[in-house]
Amino acid sequence: MRMTSAILLVSSAALALSACSKKAPEALPPPPADTAPTPTPTPPPPPAGPTPGSQADFVASVTSDRIFFDTDKSDVDAEDQVTLRSQATWLARYPQKRITIEGHCDERGTREYNIALGERRANAAKNYLVELGVDASRITTISYGKERPAALGSDEASWAQNRRAVTVTVE
Amino acid sequence: MKTVALRLLPALAALWLAAPASAQLSVDVTGQIQTDLRIAVPPMPAQQSVDTPAGSTDLLGQKIAEVIAADLKGSGLFAPLGPAGVQAPTVPEVTNPVFARWAGMNAEALVQGFVRSGGGDSQITVGCYLYDVALKQELTRQGYVVAPRDWRRAAHRCADLIYSRLTGESPFFDSRIAYIAETGPKDNRVKRLAIMDSDGANHRFITNGQSLALTPRWSPDYKSIAYVSYVGKTVRIYIYSVDKGSQTAIFETTNATFAPRWSPDGRTLLFSMASGGNTDIYKIPATGGRPTRLTNTPGINVGGSFSPDGSRIVFESDRSGGQQIYVMSADGSGQKRISFGGGRYATPEWSPRGDLIAFTKIAGNFRIGVMSPAGGEERLLTNGWQDESPTWSPNGRVLQFFRTSEGRGGKSSIWQVDLTGVNERHIVTPVDGSDPSWGPLLQ
Repeated sequence: MRMTSAILLVSSAALALSACSKKAPEALPPPPADTAPTPTPTPPPPPAGPTPGSQADFVASVTSDRIFFDTDKSDVDAEDQVTLRSQATWLARYPQKRITIEGHCDERGTREYNIALGERRANAAKNYLVELGVDASRITTISYGKERPAALGSDEASWAQNRRAVTVTVE
Repeated sequence: MKTVALRLLPALAALWLAAPASAQLSVDVTGQIQTDLRIAVPPMPAQQSVDTPAGSTDLLGQKIAEVIAADLKGSGLFAPLGPAGVQAPTVPEVTNPVFARWAGMNAEALVQGFVRSGGGDSQITVGCYLYDVALKQELTRQGYVVAPRDWRRAAHRCADLIYSRLTGESPFFDSRIAYIAETGPKDNRVKRLAIMDSDGANHRFITNGQSLALTPRWSPDYKSIAYVSYVGKTVRIYIYSVDKGSQTAIFETTNATFAPRWSPDGRTLLFSMASGGNTDIYKIPATGGRPTRLTNTPGINVGGSFSPDGSRIVFESDRSGGQQIYVMSADGSGQKRISFGGGRYATPEWSPRGDLIAFTKIAGNFRIGVMSPAGGEERLLTNGWQDESPTWSPNGRVLQFFRTSEGRGGKSSIWQVDLTGVNERHIVTPVDGSDPSWGPLLQ
């Protein structure tokens, strides 16, 4: 049971990452989901998965917990909209849940400008969720600028992973 | 700290008055003359060997000469001879040099001095004398009275005296740096506020690293440091009191506040605040109160640096599409772009002399450069992969900045370059360093 839920988490995280291949190139995402262990119990398993309404449930339920941006941009494009719609759907299911959107930048910007740019990106994601009906009071934003990269390389593939707005549920 | 004219040595009063005002020896800071001035810096003798809490006066005489030589060498303009391997003069020789000895070493200039103490905790007196070896003349002298623990300040002041006398520039060695000490992996760097002397000595960590600390700025009186800290899920400017060891937020808001900057008189702080995705620049009394908004355009207006007279502010804005440098009056009026050299421009800092704006230029790599306050006359001084955030020396002749290395390590280090761009060197810190802020000359 616990094993199963862990596996589910891993594979959905992998899915989430590979879903952003448009702007976040293939270099870094983990192996595709089909490498997940095959053995599944033959008896019909009891419904397994993360606790409904938890951060794990959020990550498992949405297209992705993050959207990606072009260099020095904060536009929410069609692919990002799909992701944010899936987040809005989940948030509609759990109306008590609050979220923080964390804005990030790649390392190829100056520190203070990147704090402002990360804030702008987090705000762009927030605004779209609000357009989709999520109450603005449920959403806070914070910018990490270039302080917390997701990918460590100094190359375009890593930078694309780092120009992101990540939705985190508030426990 | 007390500066004294060395009238304590009556026999030399005549020499003091006779010290020539127009000797030929000088150092060129424009970079057109590439030969470093050969200056002998022998150990300073003690009038009597006496113990102080900072070591014996003999030892202090050696260490003070070492700091003077290191300061002068670090400026890139001098080639010090000694103190290692050079014999100290006798005390009477300090004021009556054996010029032939120094000419024999091909020294052009000579720094001599002495250390005197009543012993124990009593203050020490450090004498500092500069001579032109070829002309066999004294150029200047000064005495410094300090607590034994502040012996390095006497050394920096002596180095400043020599630098100023020989270059014609204002002094800068006796000053301090605030910066961010960095450790840990690139995706989870621990960043601590730290301070040190301009040469890296007297290093001290201020924060423990539990909260991410960024972009410190010394107040002009060195009593406070404004910086950004991530406490909980807020990005906020705090003013840390160096004496009290406590800090307060300058402005309570749920919005992110960052990029703190002091006015030259220390009474006003500029800060940037993000709201609804836009960032604008505000000013607020340093003691707190109501902020005044200075910019009001869609986009990112960030940072800012006052002109030395406090009448104007240079800042960064992407209102034209990318980061560029603008100047406005201190009340926010008359905003005008000054950077037009191609590429993006960031982190403008007004020189304390008023004559130049230092910046980070983003065109492929990040480089440190300077331009005139009207724009134009742009010169790039460094050529790293990512050189960022210049901070001016108190005399506006030298810049420190930080350099980030390419790749997965994410290492950063503090560097110094003078306005020629020729004399570049690494400032050694106990761990990685970034975001240097150079304070004014100590009083």
